[in-house]
Amino acid sequence: MLPVVPSVLLILLFLAAPILWSFHASFTNAALTGRNARNPAWTGVENYVRLLGDSAFPAAVVLTVVFVAASAVVGQNMLGLLIAGLMTRARRPVAAVVGTAVVAAWVLPEIVAAFAAYAYFSKDGTLNQVLGGAGMAGADWLYAYPMVAVVLANIWRGTAFSMLVYRAALADVPQDISEAALMDGAAGWQRLVFITLPLIRSSIATNLMLVTLQTLAVFTLIWVMTAGGPSNASTTLPVLAYQEAFKFGDIGYGTAIASVLIVLGLVFGIAYVRLLRGDKR
Amino acid sequence: MTTAGRPELDETSRRVRHGQGERPGRRRGRGPADAALLLIGACFVLPLLWLVFGSLDAEAGYQTRLPASASLANFTAVLTPELLLRPLWNSLLLSAGTASVTLVAAVLAAYPLSRFESRFNRPFMYSILCGTCLPVTAIMVPVYGLFVQLRLLDSQPATVLFMAATALPMAIWMTKNFMDAVPVSLEEAAWVDGASGLTALRAVVLPLMRQGLGVVFIFVFIQTWGNFFVPFILLLSPSKQPASVSIFSFFGQHGAIAYGQLAAFSILYSVPVLVLYVLVARGAGGSFALSGAMKG
Repeated sequence: MLPVVPSVLLILLFLAAPILWSFHASFTNAALTGRNARNPAWTGVENYVRLLGDSAFPAAVVLTVVFVAASAVVGQNMLGLLIAGLMTRARRPVAAVVGTAVVAAWVLPEIVAAFAAYAYFSKDGTLNQVLGGAGMAGADWLYAYPMVAVVLANIWRGTAFSMLVYRAALADVPQDISEAALMDGAAGWQRLVFITLPLIRSSIATNLMLVTLQTLAVFTLIWVMTAGGPSNASTTLPVLAYQEAFKFGDIGYGTAIASVLIVLGLVFGIAYVRLLRGDKR
Repeated sequence: MTTAGRPELDETSRRVRHGQGERPGRRRGRGPADAALLLIGACFVLPLLWLVFGSLDAEAGYQTRLPASASLANFTAVLTPELLLRPLWNSLLLSAGTASVTLVAAVLAAYPLSRFESRFNRPFMYSILCGTCLPVTAIMVPVYGLFVQLRLLDSQPATVLFMAATALPMAIWMTKNFMDAVPVSLEEAAWVDGASGLTALRAVVLPLMRQGLGVVFIFVFIQTWGNFFVPFILLLSPSKQPASVSIFSFFGQHGAIAYGQLAAFSILYSVPVLVLYVLVARGAGGSFALSGAMKG
């Protein structure tokens, strides 16, 4: 068991310790600078009470839920499934070219993707050019509809993952079952709902879990595109935790928000492990 | 007569052969499926066009347009040591360092997990799997606090170790799956010849899973190369920051005037990971890396 030691040390020191420290610091008034940075005092649940009273926190929770539901659960997941499904029917070169385009947005460094999305949605960006070309009025997306912009940007950025998962899953669906259903006169949507989807349901569950977690942690995309604004209109929990801790220097309050996120992540993580385990039986 | 019949026969038989491996109803749905896919593909390419056109346009704005006269002025403008080369060097140091540390630790951890039955294996692997789910963004505030306490802030080695720790759960998981695919019988032969466990690992197992190791290394490398948030929080002096942070701080301040340079910088910074990704995808067959990560 000796060879495991380096990994265990790294994980304990850099993952487990920060998590424990986070729970501890969230009960103090630790600050970025000044007297409270040296000797933070124990303040009990004060930070958590403040969370509930602070109007920014419930708003951030709602925005986070909207962001995850719209861009991950609906957007990336459904679009990924749709693309993978279309790929099984389309010509090979078409599937290959489109697959490359979808994956490109995903492989790019996140800051580059974020700049590209910023340019795309900015007032005289590409989206408004396209809309203008089609005779429609554009909008100043990043200010007027910041959530729409970041949700669409995250769908663009992350769909490749779901697409790859579903391509692998669909390739494993045995053809004779689908063929038998076709012989029995099942329509396309019937085959999808009653045969394909039940067969790949464990891939769907796994994918939903993973894209939810990835999207829960999105910071850079939102930070570059809107910085959480205008006036908190796109401040999700990671952005809020960053702002409280580093912009306002309130580490204690920031870690309280971070702790909420960590608990959320752990809940999803445990659910994910249970899911895989149930699968094996 | 016979010669006239030949092509027709061939045509039919080819169609039959061609149709064999395909899904029912595939041919019927081809046209619409192609069209729908191309439309989706166009939507995905559209935001990237600005990067390409803008980088070649000396007077670029946020509009996508064909440059009036294509020039490499933007590229030459950003190709200076302090603007691009040093940040890229830092990115290389961080990514290669993180990928190396991760790979060594992951191989060492995966070996006993893959080869020796122990009642700790399952709980360990499941907590590792749980660790892959941890949102790294969420722990950055406490990690900053921890780094302040340990006086590790602004240290590249410490940043490498932290990023290695965040990459480890996924890397151990992938490495173990690759290692499970190497038959034990070969090692047993080495053991009989008197090789110790670690010698057998080095001489027998690792060479056989070269490709898998490459996938894990490149996977971690790409992930670290593209990471913005971690170095943004942990590295303070510009001389130590990687390209992801320097691009943000430079163009966050000057971006309003230098869109073309921003695009050129982005492209130069992205090319290495695009090349590495193609390498993995080609060498290992599409979603191979992903399947290594996903299989339970």
